[in-house]
Amino acid sequence: MISIFNLSFRYKIPLWGSALIVAATVAVSATLIAQSYDDLRSDMLSSSASLGRTLAKTLFSAILQDEIWQAFEILRAPLHGDASVNPLRPEMILALDRQQKVFASSHPKAVPMLTELRRLDGEYARLADLVGARPEPDAPIIDFAGAQRIYVAIPIADEGARLGTLVIVHSNEVFLDRFRNVAWRSTGIGLLVLAVLLPLNWYWGRRTAVPLVELARSTGDVARGSLREPPPGTYAYRDEIGELYEAFGVMVRALREKAELEQEMIRSERLAAVGRLSAGLAHEINNPLAGMLVALDNFKRRADGDERILKTVAMIERGLGQIRDTVGAMMVEARVKSRDFVAHDIEDVQMLLAGEAHKRTVTIRIDSNITGPVPLPASLVRQVLMNLLLNGLQASTERGVVRCHILHEDQRLSIDTENSGRDIPPEVAAHMFEPFVSGHEAGHGLGLWVTYQIVSQLGGQIEVRSEGGITRFRIDLPTGEAK
Amino acid sequence: MAMKKLLTAILLLAGLIPGIVAAVEDMTTPVRIGLTPTFPHDQYQPLEAWRLYMEKKLKRPVEFVRRDRYIETMDLLRLRKLDFAWVCDYPYVYFKKQVKLLAVPVHKGRPYYRSFLIVPKSDTKTTSILQLKDKVFAYTDPYSNTGYLTPRHELQQAGEDPARFFRKTFFAWSHRRVLEAVATGLADGGAISSHVWDTLSIGKPELTGAVRVVTQSAEYGFAPFVAQNAVSDETFQAVQRLLLEMETDEEGRALLRQLNLDRFIAGDAKLFKRIERVIRAAGEK
Repeated sequence: MISIFNLSFRYKIPLWGSALIVAATVAVSATLIAQSYDDLRSDMLSSSASLGRTLAKTLFSAILQDEIWQAFEILRAPLHGDASVNPLRPEMILALDRQQKVFASSHPKAVPMLTELRRLDGEYARLADLVGARPEPDAPIIDFAGAQRIYVAIPIADEGARLGTLVIVHSNEVFLDRFRNVAWRSTGIGLLVLAVLLPLNWYWGRRTAVPLVELARSTGDVARGSLREPPPGTYAYRDEIGELYEAFGVMVRALREKAELEQEMIRSERLAAVGRLSAGLAHEINNPLAGMLVALDNFKRRADGDERILKTVAMIERGLGQIRDTVGAMMVEARVKSRDFVAHDIEDVQMLLAGEAHKRTVTIRIDSNITGPVPLPASLVRQVLMNLLLNGLQASTERGVVRCHILHEDQRLSIDTENSGRDIPPEVAAHMFEPFVSGHEAGHGLGLWVTYQIVSQLGGQIEVRSEGGITRFRIDLPTGEAK
Repeated sequence: MAMKKLLTAILLLAGLIPGIVAAVEDMTTPVRIGLTPTFPHDQYQPLEAWRLYMEKKLKRPVEFVRRDRYIETMDLLRLRKLDFAWVCDYPYVYFKKQVKLLAVPVHKGRPYYRSFLIVPKSDTKTTSILQLKDKVFAYTDPYSNTGYLTPRHELQQAGEDPARFFRKTFFAWSHRRVLEAVATGLADGGAISSHVWDTLSIGKPELTGAVRVVTQSAEYGFAPFVAQNAVSDETFQAVQRLLLEMETDEEGRALLRQLNLDRFIAGDAKLFKRIERVIRAAGEK
């Protein structure tokens, strides 16, 4: 039994429904059958009682005058016709005298006249006792159901004198026939009802169960860490299940946002740590490096034009210069003194990138609403803009367009760039702003890291979206202007 | 003298007038004929055809009056509520002084019939009425010869008391019903007329098939048509002629076939000598 309770709702609901429908149908059919049995029985008793009263009245004078033939005809009259047409038709009618001997019988061969009633069989003996117990003229009508027959006994009496008893005998067989008929019919109707209701129930049960099952699976997925909502329209109604679905969606979204936020925090912390580490390292490297470069310069001057020394020194100088450049790039110093960013800076950046753009046959389109100075350090914003556009250029397909929207409003400066090209794979996107990570072969992987560091230090946000062949960067910087 | 002649003429006229009136009455007042269960008298359609036939022949209305009990029909005859009746030979002989013999039917070429003792088909042992002691016996009518007098006479001849011989007797008030009573088992035995037996063995073979004829009595003059004494000679003759001449036309023959008769004859009292003897012997008179 436990295993049934463990079944999926997909089966349990239709099964329970079916069981209830079958039980209800059986109950209704059984009630119908029982009702029709009762009806038939009471119909039969009342029809027999009324027939009996009529017959008893006419029999009175026949018995009084000892008119056996007349009595016989009276008893036989109601038995004409086919019994199958009228199930209420008695099987036999007997007229008894005061001694409970048969005065006349509708079926003399079965029950000959002058037979003593109690000698016929046990049922008749029981009937004889019942009749004998009430010998008065106004005795009530007796009905008695035996195993084989049903009897209705009516006193044959008039004006206070009782001459005998009329006994109407019904066969149980007729009952059983009718009973079987009704049983067949109710069974047929029951089956019909089942044929209609069971598929309906199955359909409805599944309709109810499938969203629940789906929800259970989705919940399981969430528990296992997959924060996916059920696809929209899985359940389109506004009932409790619909509410459950909606709440589930809300919950999953909240969980996902939380997870994303956590991811984001981890990433920023990591980037910040990397930034601090690299800035520290850069400082540590920069100081001896500056010394080395000064020393090397002095050494060069004293080399007296020795070609081989100069060549070596130049090589060392280039190497150290590359170290300085790299280190310099990693040293993002936001607290520099600089003038405010103006529209002219945008033109400068565009000009600076024109060569590269031409080489790659990519067009750069910038539109901006900047008119006056934006209170942000111009050198840093220029660098950010430069990095983003350069990144866009490098990632863009040939003959592509890199668009850039610069918007200054509500004490914020937003820079959006957009370029067509391959989508950034998710594994790359997760480390997009770490140093030495590059989406393409050409870059050294510091541009975006630097950009990120600048944006972070300016208190802004940067995010990247890459889908459908379009990659978008969005930078949002607070300008800190007074309102 | 002239006066005397006139008076004679008036008297003659006066004598004639009721005759004329009577004759006129005769043609509009119906002829009333009583029918009894001596033959299967409860079949409506053939008898209605017979009645219409009579009206056509007599040019007078004819009424059939059916009564189950012979004594009732005899009473109606004596009270002149009936003009004619087809009754059993026993009441005819019994009330001989009040009625006139009109016609006697001929069946199987003879104006006679018999009494048949019958038992249910299931009773294969009984060969005589004496074996029916303490059984239930169905009589036709206390004024029936074949259905009452004959079996009782037979018992008397055998030295039995008919009043005590059977356990129970009853009257079914027609030969057909006696047959039915025996066929259904209501009675263990009964007595009926051979003519009714023959007629029903054609019309209701399921009834005659359910019983067995045990013995047949001697011949008795056939149950006759009688007229009440007051019926005018004219009417008597007209009706008698009608009955006797039925065999001469096709319609009459068809009706006779329906009644299972050959024809009617005038008959005479000699035909009923045997029943007279039996009545005397049985002491029923």
